[in-house]
Amino acid sequence: MKRLLAVGVVVLATAALAWAGVESTSAPKVGVASKPVITKALKGEQCVEDTDYMRRNHMELLDHHRDETVIQGVRSKKYSLKECINCHASEKSGSVAKDKDDFCVSCHSYAAVKIDCFECHSTKPQGSMAMHPLNAETAHYAHKLAAHSKDKISAEAMAGISQ
Amino acid sequence: MNENKPIVDNPVSPDRRRFVGVAAAAAGVSLAPGVMLMEVAHGRPESQAASSAVRWGMLVDATKCESGCDDCVTACSTENGWTPVDQSVHKKQAPQWIRKLELQNPLTQMETNLPMMCQHCADAPCVDVCPTGASFKRADGIVLVNRHTCIGCRYCMMACPYKARSLVHESLNDTQKPDVPRGIGCVESCTLCVQKIDRGDGTTACVEACTASGHNALLFGDMNDPESEISKRLRELPTKQVRADLNLNLGVRYHGI
Repeated sequence: MKRLLAVGVVVLATAALAWAGVESTSAPKVGVASKPVITKALKGEQCVEDTDYMRRNHMELLDHHRDETVIQGVRSKKYSLKECINCHASEKSGSVAKDKDDFCVSCHSYAAVKIDCFECHSTKPQGSMAMHPLNAETAHYAHKLAAHSKDKISAEAMAGISQ
Repeated sequence: MNENKPIVDNPVSPDRRRFVGVAAAAAGVSLAPGVMLMEVAHGRPESQAASSAVRWGMLVDATKCESGCDDCVTACSTENGWTPVDQSVHKKQAPQWIRKLELQNPLTQMETNLPMMCQHCADAPCVDVCPTGASFKRADGIVLVNRHTCIGCRYCMMACPYKARSLVHESLNDTQKPDVPRGIGCVESCTLCVQKIDRGDGTTACVEACTASGHNALLFGDMNDPESEISKRLRELPTKQVRADLNLNLGVRYHGI
């Protein structure tokens, strides 16, 4: 009797597992959003604060800085939105919020947090991405830009045009 | 015991404000003689706030302003990224940071040309009426709109005697300049090219254009600095403030009107 019960349990468990397995493969994923794409900034090696800190607190830094800038006229670069855009604009769209995989939009749509910044602020750095001047800081990304350009213009030449 | 204090009618009169301002400026100068004045005159470090020791202003010489020339308007629209009236779909709603006026005296037929824009009043009506504090005067005398707090109610547009402000009615679809954020639902006006001032250019787009065209009708500078070009010219020339009867102490002065 004990043996029969054990066999029964095994059979039931196998069936349940098989059923679960079938369901996990065949049923469509409901309520699972695709993870945000976080691309490393084109310019620079390190953000102004640690990545973890920035992910949690970038809004506080920007909020504080915007009031200082608008009301007092403080134009320090460290926490300015313009500098965020300068580094984080994507190579493809040249923007931080144009395509769905762009830096700001990617996370914000995943977290379902609407950003109003770009109702007024430009999402692009000064000058287009291809024309973005390459300085000593960004020169090591020259190959990336060169690979994306359709014409056979070197990144150095592009930097030359924009200056 | 002393609960029934006399009610002061106007606790902060303009005169008292003026005195406090002068006292603060004098203290600044005496703390760092020479050095501070130099910093003020030639742009300030980017981490330093705008100072009330400076008052940016403009002198418009209407006798030199050419009929039919609108270089200042074009330069402003290019620098600040607003669509000129003739290219706007809704002309009555078009932004007008600066506009060119051609006036005629009905008695003598004398024509006067002048640009009209935000006059950067010291006692600005737009600042007085703003319900959210979005319309404000910066320490260096520039009247601005804080778009983060502007709710687009347009009280300031009605309060302005110079018709200097406009509302952005439609989405700008990321056509803004990186240096000049502006957007739907917010009021805007001439900023005296605040981005250029903070960069240390010491001039505005309209003044640059007017000088480049050879008319030299516009002069920009610090009205608090007695040695600045604008202060010298203001001492020499007879100038007027538009609607001087309102007693607003304007930052833009006109000669030849």
